[in-house]
Amino acid sequence: MMNSNEIIDDIANKEYEFGFTTDIEMDIAPPGLNEDIIRFISAKKNEPEWLLEWRLKGFAAFKKMQFPKWQHFEMPELDLQALSYYAAPRKKKQLNSLDEVDPELLATFEKLGIPLNEQKALAGVAVDAVFDSVSVATTFKGKLKEMGVIFCSFGEAVQEYPDLVRKYLGTVVPHSDNIFAALNSAVFSDGSFTYIPKGVRCPMELSTYFRINAQNTGQFERTLIVADEGSYVSYLEGCTAPMRDENQLHAAVVELVAMDHAEIKYSTVQNWYPGDKDGKGGIYNFVTKRGICKGNASKISWTQVETGSAITWKYPSVILQGDYSEGEFYSVAVVRNKQIADTGTKIHHIGKGTKSRIISKGISAGRGDNSYRGLVAVGPRADNARNFTQCDSLLIGNQCGSHTFPYIESRNKTAMIEHEATTSKIGEDQIFYLNARGIDTEKAVALIVNGYVKEVLNQLPMEFAVEAQKLLSITLEGSVG
Amino acid sequence: MLTIKNLHAEVEGKQILKGINLEIGKGEMHAIMGPNGSGKSSLASVLAGRENYTVTEGEVWFNGKNLLDMSPEDRAREGVFLAFQYPVEIPGVSNLNFLKTALNEIRTYKGLPALEGREFLKLTKEKQQLVDFNANLMNRSLNEGFSGGEKKRNEIFQLAMLDPQLAILDETDSGLDIDALRIVSNGVNKLRDAEKSFVVITHYQRLLEYIVPDFVHVLYNGRIIKTGTKELALELEERGYDWLKEELHLKESV
Repeated sequence: MMNSNEIIDDIANKEYEFGFTTDIEMDIAPPGLNEDIIRFISAKKNEPEWLLEWRLKGFAAFKKMQFPKWQHFEMPELDLQALSYYAAPRKKKQLNSLDEVDPELLATFEKLGIPLNEQKALAGVAVDAVFDSVSVATTFKGKLKEMGVIFCSFGEAVQEYPDLVRKYLGTVVPHSDNIFAALNSAVFSDGSFTYIPKGVRCPMELSTYFRINAQNTGQFERTLIVADEGSYVSYLEGCTAPMRDENQLHAAVVELVAMDHAEIKYSTVQNWYPGDKDGKGGIYNFVTKRGICKGNASKISWTQVETGSAITWKYPSVILQGDYSEGEFYSVAVVRNKQIADTGTKIHHIGKGTKSRIISKGISAGRGDNSYRGLVAVGPRADNARNFTQCDSLLIGNQCGSHTFPYIESRNKTAMIEHEATTSKIGEDQIFYLNARGIDTEKAVALIVNGYVKEVLNQLPMEFAVEAQKLLSITLEGSVG
Repeated sequence: MLTIKNLHAEVEGKQILKGINLEIGKGEMHAIMGPNGSGKSSLASVLAGRENYTVTEGEVWFNGKNLLDMSPEDRAREGVFLAFQYPVEIPGVSNLNFLKTALNEIRTYKGLPALEGREFLKLTKEKQQLVDFNANLMNRSLNEGFSGGEKKRNEIFQLAMLDPQLAILDETDSGLDIDALRIVSNGVNKLRDAEKSFVVITHYQRLLEYIVPDFVHVLYNGRIIKTGTKELALELEERGYDWLKEELHLKESV
């Protein structure tokens, strides 16, 4: 018969299923962080002078900064000089079509469930696949272009649409925003660029899939999405990495810009390698994500399902500048083994009549430690701003931790801010109740967890909600019995 | 159908059941009564397989199978149903989804095909009407925000849906007003048939006015000290338990 200790052991011992490595010839820059490597990256990518200067400004800012101390975990030692800042699959010539992509790479993505062949691809989803430092393929580019939608790798955007990139790059997350954003600004290698023209409702889900493969590298990509007046786009990112004993740094930056009446829905299903059950290895996921609702009545919605990484440290935020603009943050963060998550959001209400909604669901198992940290700031001009925050924690077992750090700053008397928080445990009595109805413990835990996160998963695009549900089950259930 | 032999059990090192013997035949309705702390609910928990109870001695046979060797979920799949005294709340899991999962787990165990879509809903509707269960509660989260009476009625509804061979009702009458009691009892009576057996655990004779038992057992200090028919329940209502306790002490001192 199962008892709850065995359930917890199972949860702690389930293995990571995307931990394979791809054996492929790579161009890898020697380790070290300095101006030379920045110039090397910039030259490798044939960048214009202004971008190199911007990188160097980022590097200058980085050198003046120190690692923060306010986080609710012990900052791991990061030897940034030991990392290589550029790793790309070696290619012989310019790729013109998917046929020329290394079959080994296609096979890798296929194995991850991301077929890059358009015939095989998920209908209605366009994918930009990023392998270590570079984008290897983008599907459905042509079809999207017919509607004026630009969806390509960041490197390509710099070549093809330099004015657009220059106009928006760093406008939401400045090069000196924080130490990891500054580092990213200096050494970012690739990422995705999306522009949705006025009045266009993007006909398919756009998606980036990030894969770290090489050893001793960091991944520093940038995503920039601009939704022009009255447009709509739904964007999803997914990520995995091989199992390695060393920790790897992932310091990405995502910037979103929504103009008048535009809407951006950004979803993340994060499944980086979390390290083993003793906390060895795993990705440090230190990411800066921020969107600005620049236009009136615009809307930005973040949804994240965070199950991987040794440490997840990020606060996808929204600046509500336009009047009557709206920001949302839906989050499920799962920690188990010795994983750490310190995540949440920041919502800045600047325009009048702005609204925000925050739903955070933390799940802690094993010896995991989960913190919600969130800021709701209402500026003096934000008349009648409204916020609703709900912040729930679910504990499985008695060795995990869960913490909530809400910050509320209101400088407008007409603002209404609500904060609700609950902490609950998957109780033995709940499991026994379900057992007594013929449902085994493994299914019982899955049923309870899925019920708990339903409100957030409902926000994901259909195809991915199912995936996320499966991922949660795999992450939490273990093989009971 | 169910044979309990010399059952001893403890919880947190404390002996709670001290040698229960009980034989329940097909289609029979047994009532178990007794003062607070006599072990009534513990007996229900042990039969259903609650983890913190340890059986130290004795046997329980259900349709020729050793019940004590089975996990709680297998006991349920074999046909043992416990209507909880305090049904738990599970937020976010709809009553309907929960029932469908439970029903299909049991059906799969029995080698029957899972009930999907329309078939499942048809069965739901039928049973809902049979036990007079409020359809509005079907799509709500399992027991969340239900009143005490609604929770108990949900237990009876689940009983109707899962159609076990043995139903143990653990103080299903506690906390019910007279109308709810009548509805719950009507539901139970409608589910009675020649194949299904019941063990009704109750404090009060009141319930037994609606659900008429074939046998009444008095549990005291971890043992069944008297067995009778429905008249015994009336006698207990009138005289309380003290006379039985005295009778017992008298016997033991001889």
